[in-house]
Order: sequence, then C-alpha cells, then structure tokens
Amino acid sequence: MTKKILTTPIKSEDLESLNVGDTVYLTGHLVTCRDVAHRRLIEQKRELPVDLKGGAIFHAGPIVRKKDDGKFEMVSIGPTTSMRMEKFEREFIKETGVKLIVGKGGMGPETTAGCQEHKAVHAIFPGGCAVLAATLVEEIERAEWQDLGMPETLWVNRVREFGPLIISIDTKGNNLIEQNKASFNAKKQPVIDRIKRQVGFIK
Amino acid sequence: MQRETEITALTDVMAKFTSYIGKRLPNDVKDKLAELRTFETNPLAKTIYMSMADNQDAADKLDRPSCQDTGVIQYFIKAGARFPLLGELEDILRNATLGATQMGPLRHNAVETFDEKNTGTNTGSKIPWLDWEIVPDDDSALIDVYMAGGGCTLPGKATVLMPGEGYEGVTDFVFDVITSRGVNACPPLLVGIGVSTSVETAARLSKRAILREVGSHNPNENAAKMEQLLEEGLNEIGIGPQGLTGKNSVMGVNIESSARHPSTIGVAVSTGCWAHRRGKIRINADLSYEIISHKGAVL
Ligand code: SF4
Repeated sequence: MTKKILTTPIKSEDLESLNVGDTVYLTGHLVTCRDVAHRRLIEQKRELPVDLKGGAIFHAGPIVRKKDDGKFEMVSIGPTTSMRMEKFEREFIKETGVKLIVGKGGMGPETTAGCQEHKAVHAIFPGGCAVLAATLVEEIERAEWQDLGMPETLWVNRVREFGPLIISIDTKGNNLIEQNKASFNAKKQPVIDRIKRQVGFIK
Repeated sequence: MQRETEITALTDVMAKFTSYIGKRLPNDVKDKLAELRTFETNPLAKTIYMSMADNQDAADKLDRPSCQDTGVIQYFIKAGARFPLLGELEDILRNATLGATQMGPLRHNAVETFDEKNTGTNTGSKIPWLDWEIVPDDDSALIDVYMAGGGCTLPGKATVLMPGEGYEGVTDFVFDVITSRGVNACPPLLVGIGVSTSVETAARLSKRAILREVGSHNPNENAAKMEQLLEEGLNEIGIGPQGLTGKNSVMGVNIESSARHPSTIGVAVSTGCWAHRRGKIRINADLSYEIISHKGAVL
C-alpha cells in the first residue's frame, strides 16, 4: 500500500478525491494554531503572522525546548480537542485559505460546511501519540505570537510524512465522527437488551 | 538523622517512579494493546494501534512522557499500620510529585479552584490526591501511582439508582457514559465501575477498579459475569481505537463493589485511556522496594 502524501501548498485538486476514513501524511509546513489564535483572527480581526493559504494547521499545544544554539526543539506535540475551535473554523477557513486542519476528535456542522465551501479537510492524528508526532517534526522554523505562551504560540514546523492523518471531514460534506456516532447508537440498544436479560440479580 | 536519610531516599524513589510511569505503560496494558492490535482486522484501526506502539517505543528511547498530558498525580495507598514512615508519607509523596515534575518533565496540571491559578508545580490544595487504606498487622506499603489525564477523566460520572432499576439500570448507565462521552477519551478504554451505596463510595470504587489489572476478574461470580457481559457488549459496538471504529471498544471492564443500603444502588464509571499510565510499587519496612506493574523497571 503506497502512502498518500499531501505537500504544502495544498491545492483544492489534491483534496477532492479524498474521502472520510482515508489515511494521508503531510510533508511541508504544519503550523500550531488553537483557541486564542482563532479568536484573535475572527473576533479581534487581527492579521495572522503566518500565511496559511494552501497551508496546514494543527490544533495542538506542544512542549518545546530552547536549545543552546537558540533554536527550538520539539519535545512533545499531541492533538487537542478540535471541537473547541468549531465556533471559529468555518470563517477561519474562509479568511486564511487553510486546506488541512489536524486535531483530535470530530468537528461539527459549521466546519463541515466550511470544508465543503472552500475545499478543505479536517483530519485526526491519534491522541496520546505526542512523542511520535514530535519525531516527525524536522525543524521548528519560526515561532510567532510568542506572547501567548508555549501552548498557544504559532509554531511553524517543517514536517516530513507527518501522520497518520485520518480524514474525518472531506470536501463533499461527509463527517466521519458523526457517522460513527450514529452507527454506535444504532448498534447499542439490542446489545443492552440482551445484557439486561442476564443481569436480573435482584430477585 | 537516620530518619532524614530514609525520608530523602524514599522521596527520591517515589519521584523517579512517578516520572517513570509517564514514559512507559504497565505490562498488563502493553500486553492488552498488543493483543488488540494483533486481532484487529480493520486496516485503519490497525494503523492507529501501530502508531500507538511506535509512540511508546519513541517515548522509551527518547526518555520523554509518552502523552503530553501527564495528568493530575494521584496516589492510592494501602499502608501497613506499622509502616515505619506512615506519618511522613503524605509529605514524601507531595515532594515526590515536585521532583517528578522536574524530572519528567511533567506538564503543569494543578489549577487552584476558585483562584483559577495554575500553581506550576503539580501540587496544590489536596493535590497530589491521596487515597488511604490502612492494613492492620503489616509493615509495608503498597502504592498505586496514577496520572489522571484530562481526556480520560472527563467521561467520569456517578449517580444513585432506585433499587427497582436494578443491574439493568447499571447496564444502561454504563453504555450511556461510554458511547456518549467515552468516545473522545482516547479508546480503547479500561472501564472501571463502582457499584455501591452512594455517589462517593461508588466513585471511589470505580477508580479503584481501573487500578486493577486488565484481564483480572471480580471474585464474586455475578460481578465477574457482569464484567464479561459488559466487555463483550461494548466491544460489539466496535468503537475502535480513537473512536474511529474497529473490532473492539475497550481493554476491559473492571467492577468493584461494596454492600449497599437496600433502597439505593450507587453506580459510578471511571475510565482509563489507552495510555493508561499507572504503576504499582511495594515499599518494605527496610525501604527496599519492588516494582510490580513494570517488570524489569530500573529507576
Ligand atoms: S485521553 Fe489519555 S492518551 Fe488521550 S490525550 Fe488524554 S491523557 Fe493522552
């Protein structure tokens, strides 16, 4: 099985054939961007210090170490819950032209609509795999908005075959996590009923 | 002076052990994840299990905490009444947490409630959290260390059912918690259930339940049967690693219980994520120690 690799800058055509559940990897630049960065752009109308057109963002707050030569080293970088950015993401995609959003867990209908309108995707990086992710960062090239503190700084990472990234929202309006939730709920009741028939311990 | 040296030595051991368990999973969890990976047939789920294994290898090699969320530190202590440093243990464990925070390094996860300030040390009012049981006629201490991450703590829930709702109501409660809130807690989960008399007794037992080994069984026949039924039933839903569907949902279901008031059924659920970072260590009266959870561990 050959790895499907996306390279920044990502074009709409690169994403149109992707479906939810596909696994891809990213080579190029991946910028950490979470709560406050979203808020500054959308609510406070401030310009982002990084051009994200065709770019990729990561909902993550990393642990970074400053080396003796003044450069930064990525120690640990795990995804944070993407749903917190749901409120802003549709507009964020529109404003920035970002093409790939990486995080943990699913996102809601607003982001799904944004992805469909502007041909972008949301992908899940497995939670708890923060050291693996750190080893896939080749170099931290820049650090913007450092006034936000380590978790919220926009860390511009050069990455090579960063993944696995599981497409959870594609460009066609599909949302994997919503589909999964519906399937879990559909399967649940018969299982519960069967167990209940066997646990009548109170006679 | 002798006593001072002993205190320093035990603090050092517990600091190192606390830091250690943030980097390496206990044997039972590691084995279970390997088993789930082997039997998984869904290619996407298999890929995720592989990433988890790669991550643990990298954490071990690079000596870094395997998940960035190193949790709130909790110690569950079963101390012999004649354990020589019984009265000093609380201070020792607090200092061990401070030490581990430097050593790990651990993320700063202690926020003073109402002041809403992060203490920056992983210590604060009643944190690290200590849970005590005193064992009469014993001079050793058995300590479970647990890193309670945010994601895996969030699904936690407790309630009191009417007896008429019975164990059928317990079943409903568990399924509801796991399918609604457990999906985002980095499955496959270790599900701990407390069945008891009130919310706080059930909640405490549910936490004790996830400290029990994966694959162990409740000694009571009915409880063990319920563990198995719930485990099979949850697996049938196929939540899979990270909630992305797969052959299984959980690493296991452990139930702990106590007697209860005839008019109540207290029930609680606690969950441990796939990166279930806990460790068990026995400290003997001469302060020699034995690490039970991680075979061959060197501090
Ligand atoms: S749920 Fe567990 S593995 Fe997932 S991010 Fe939280 S602590 Fe890490």
